[in-house]
Amino acid sequence: MRVESSTLMAAIFLDVPWAVVLILLPLAGALVCFISPAVAKSVVLLTVFANTVSVAGLAWQVMENGVYRHAVGGWGAPLGIDLYADGLSLLMLLMTALVGLAVSVYSTAYFDQPQAARFWPLWLLLLTALNALFLAADIFNIYVTLELMGLSAVALSALSGGKDALGGAMRYLLATLLGSLLFLFGVALLYHGFGSVDIIILGQRIVASPIVWAALALITAGLTLKTALFPLHFWLPPAHASAPAPVSAVLSALVVKASFYILLRLWLEFFAPLGVEDIGTLLGLLGAAAVLWGSVQALRQSRLKLLVAYSTVAQIGYLFLAFPLAVGSNVTAWNAVACLALSHALAKAAMFLVAGNLLRFGGHDRIADLDRVVQRLPLTVAAFALAGMSIMGLPPSGGFVGKWLLLEAALIQGRWDLAAVMMIGGLMAAGYVFKVLGFAFTQANIPQKSKAVPATMEWAALLLAVAAVLLGFLAVPLLALVGMGMPFGSSEVGP
Amino acid sequence: MNVAFLYTLVGVGLFCLGLYALIVQAHLLRKILAFNIMGSGIFLVLVALAKRSGNAIPDPVPHAMVITGIVVAVSATALALTLILKLTTETGKAELPDEGGE
Repeated sequence: MRVESSTLMAAIFLDVPWAVVLILLPLAGALVCFISPAVAKSVVLLTVFANTVSVAGLAWQVMENGVYRHAVGGWGAPLGIDLYADGLSLLMLLMTALVGLAVSVYSTAYFDQPQAARFWPLWLLLLTALNALFLAADIFNIYVTLELMGLSAVALSALSGGKDALGGAMRYLLATLLGSLLFLFGVALLYHGFGSVDIIILGQRIVASPIVWAALALITAGLTLKTALFPLHFWLPPAHASAPAPVSAVLSALVVKASFYILLRLWLEFFAPLGVEDIGTLLGLLGAAAVLWGSVQALRQSRLKLLVAYSTVAQIGYLFLAFPLAVGSNVTAWNAVACLALSHALAKAAMFLVAGNLLRFGGHDRIADLDRVVQRLPLTVAAFALAGMSIMGLPPSGGFVGKWLLLEAALIQGRWDLAAVMMIGGLMAAGYVFKVLGFAFTQANIPQKSKAVPATMEWAALLLAVAAVLLGFLAVPLLALVGMGMPFGSSEVGP
Repeated sequence: MNVAFLYTLVGVGLFCLGLYALIVQAHLLRKILAFNIMGSGIFLVLVALAKRSGNAIPDPVPHAMVITGIVVAVSATALALTLILKLTTETGKAELPDEGGE
């Protein structure tokens, strides 16, 4: 009897169109939050929890039935809108769900009333856009979700008001709009050239021609601008550093990854088969420059949030190092990207939440005046140290596995230059993490008042950081999940 | 050179003009207008390229894209205008504040 009911449960669980739930649920949640702010807090918590369950449901469906494809309204590929999920989409959805869960719990204690009423609907709209983006099967739909994501992200980053936040948000808006327009131009060219916007169909039809090169240039330029790849990172530090802590966490962990995901997806499906090693080399060079420049800037900062923001610039560089290393059927570099993206998302979200805690505690985020926070906020400082472990790439964290795989790919190809950049980037990361940790032990010269930090905020940051470290132990099942539907190509050489 | 090609060239021209203005102009309202001009350029390219060779019925899909694009452009412009207003009341001028630090 029990077995029967559990198989029945399984059948029902497998039949639910989870991909549709993943988009409709946060959208409905956002509307409810907008209409009645009184219940917003519980609605958001319920939504992000259900969102995590839905990702698990979708992952199970993909494991049982292979790559997931859902024709919305029953129309199908050429005319209608399709939803698509393989291992890579699942990785991004999982990342969004985990970070979203922690950030939502954190935000219940972070925001006071008037700000909370604006934060909750915008955050759920951003979650909707992210989920829809990771499930999109055609490039025009990606454009629309990209804009939805950009607009809600800009509104979120302007939330705290004031000159810095508004200026940062404005700069961010200009960058994100320009990126989207460049991408849209590329989409227009690809549709004209090959008569479809569906990623799979386009992938089959695309042949090397001037129109593809123009589209490649426009799309790559637009998406690297949105991903804040050096030297197009100018908008990121002001926007991420002046936003409220939960918003910075979401922007740094998820939003920049979303545009990177699109670039990676289109690169794998469209451009890599055409043999564009030169562009891959260029992206790798810019990535290397980002690692060095971002790390140096992070070391120079005197404010914690700016340090963490520049660290994002550096860590994004690592993701781009994979492009020149992933030649032929070698998937090690892409597996490294999967590990790095997820571990960076968890660790960086934890770091920004930590920065929020310290800002709440001391009323400032000047690193030199941290004033013995290690004794007074041990959980928060532990969270920073654990997240820092993953950012530096110390074993056994998720960041270590990612960087190890990337290093392996570089050494196999004989790219000593890139391997050296990775090492130097890791050392400098250790430098800026220990700079913060060092000042956490010292006493500040000026006396300062301190405010209590709610336990929820401390634990949310700590759990994210612990997850980033534990990821190192879960790398094998994670890579098995990412490999579903073989988004990185068919021949597995991997770890 | 047929009409569709001419329109495409005009669209590309508008896009480049908008991009130039976006970079050169400091006033934020002008930057937002530049975005709208760039967008119109892309829409013109989409509509022009939808015309198939000869007198066949034009492809409706790019038209649908343009409509979606206009909706997106309107909402982006609305958000941008609100931000400009807030920034102007905060700083007194409709320009990007100088970056602190760096």
